[in-house]
Amino acid sequence: MRRKIIEFLIVFIAFILQCTVFKAVNMGGISPNLLIIVTAAFGFIKGQREGMYVGFIAGIFTDILFGNGMIGLYALIYSFLGYLNGLFSRIFYPEDIKLPIFLIVISDFLFTFICYILTFLLRSRLDLPFYLLHVMIPEMVYTALVTLILYRFLLGIEKGIEEKEEAE
Amino acid sequence: MARLNLERRKFVIPDRYILLIVTGFCILLMLLTCYTDAISMPLSMVASYTVVPFEKGLNTVGRKFEERLSELASLKMVMSENDELKEEIAKLKMENNQLAEDRYELNELRTLYQLDDRFKSYETIGARVIGKDPGNWFSVFTIDKGSDDGVTVDMNVISGSGLVGIVTEVGDNWAAVRSCIDDDSNISGMVLSTSDTVMVNGDLKLMENDEISFSQLTDIDDKVGAGDEIVTSNISNKYLPGITIGYITSVETDANNLTKSGTLTPTVDFRHINTVLVIKNLKKSKGSVSSN
Repeated sequence: MRRKIIEFLIVFIAFILQCTVFKAVNMGGISPNLLIIVTAAFGFIKGQREGMYVGFIAGIFTDILFGNGMIGLYALIYSFLGYLNGLFSRIFYPEDIKLPIFLIVISDFLFTFICYILTFLLRSRLDLPFYLLHVMIPEMVYTALVTLILYRFLLGIEKGIEEKEEAE
Repeated sequence: MARLNLERRKFVIPDRYILLIVTGFCILLMLLTCYTDAISMPLSMVASYTVVPFEKGLNTVGRKFEERLSELASLKMVMSENDELKEEIAKLKMENNQLAEDRYELNELRTLYQLDDRFKSYETIGARVIGKDPGNWFSVFTIDKGSDDGVTVDMNVISGSGLVGIVTEVGDNWAAVRSCIDDDSNISGMVLSTSDTVMVNGDLKLMENDEISFSQLTDIDDKVGAGDEIVTSNISNKYLPGITIGYITSVETDANNLTKSGTLTPTVDFRHINTVLVIKNLKKSKGSVSSN
């Protein structure tokens, strides 16, 4: 239960930072995706179930405030990404930073690509190379940079939770 | 993990079934919220008391930070701009005199025709921008006024210089606004000088140049050109008439040789938008549901 509450708080803080401070420090109109970092990280550190839980919360917040009247779409996408990242928890080692970066970048790409298909391609915005160069790739790079800083921090929190759990 | 649990404890639902349940739940939510408002109301209440208060506080921090950054960057620009502006002031003073004369004439004519001064009658409420869409695809932002302050869906949002967008969602103490540079935004506009109607569409591709596109302009006499003002049209059923959207930067004839399209620069600086005005008057239309 404590784990769930702490995870909820982390997503909550990430969401608020994402909507305010990280939008203010954008580079050329592009800001990194904190929610993806948190979702993917809990996925590959702790497994499918936690990934889904964190992803669902991240998505539902996005849906309520920015979902344009339809709630559930982002919750679904984030839950799936959390689950997919959870599949890699078996080959995940905390000391190795290559796999986390790789997984987060791939997750971010998947996320923006799904967003592109559902919200742009279906409205016949066909110029994929443009969107790839101007939205998706900059976001991936920026997200990877933020991951370098944030990953250790998330890992530290996770270790803290585990120690508490073991002590009980 | 799951397999181990199966052996040790009684019964644990496998993760893939949970994923299935979550998927079903999300799709159900999507369908429900798409067709009714029954669920979105309580959910937006949740947002009103969790996210919004924090956003309000934190956004002031973000804004301060952004202001500091842009202050440093713009100091040099300001110096050179100052000289230019001084020249412009002289020009504008001349123009102002002329306009004052025109205004005098206009007032006279108005009283003659007994026209109302439309814009004075709009009731507005000031609001602060407190959060922006977390993704990079859309230009939706939240403001700190909601249904408690009388804001409802479809109200027009303006800033000092022109149209900002339209309210799409409302909570108790927040509202989501889709700005007119958003890729999903379609506004029925009008070229002020010729009264030709156009469709003004936001476009992510043009956002880098701070422009938006317009299309379906029928201008047989080639009268419309760069610099013409585009305002919201009087036949739009969501936007109040006569609000400035921007000025045309380029016009091109379409492949069909009948209509024209092009780009315009909005008068509002969407990169540094902090405070907006919500017009509380709604456009009266025949109970229409369709967009624009």
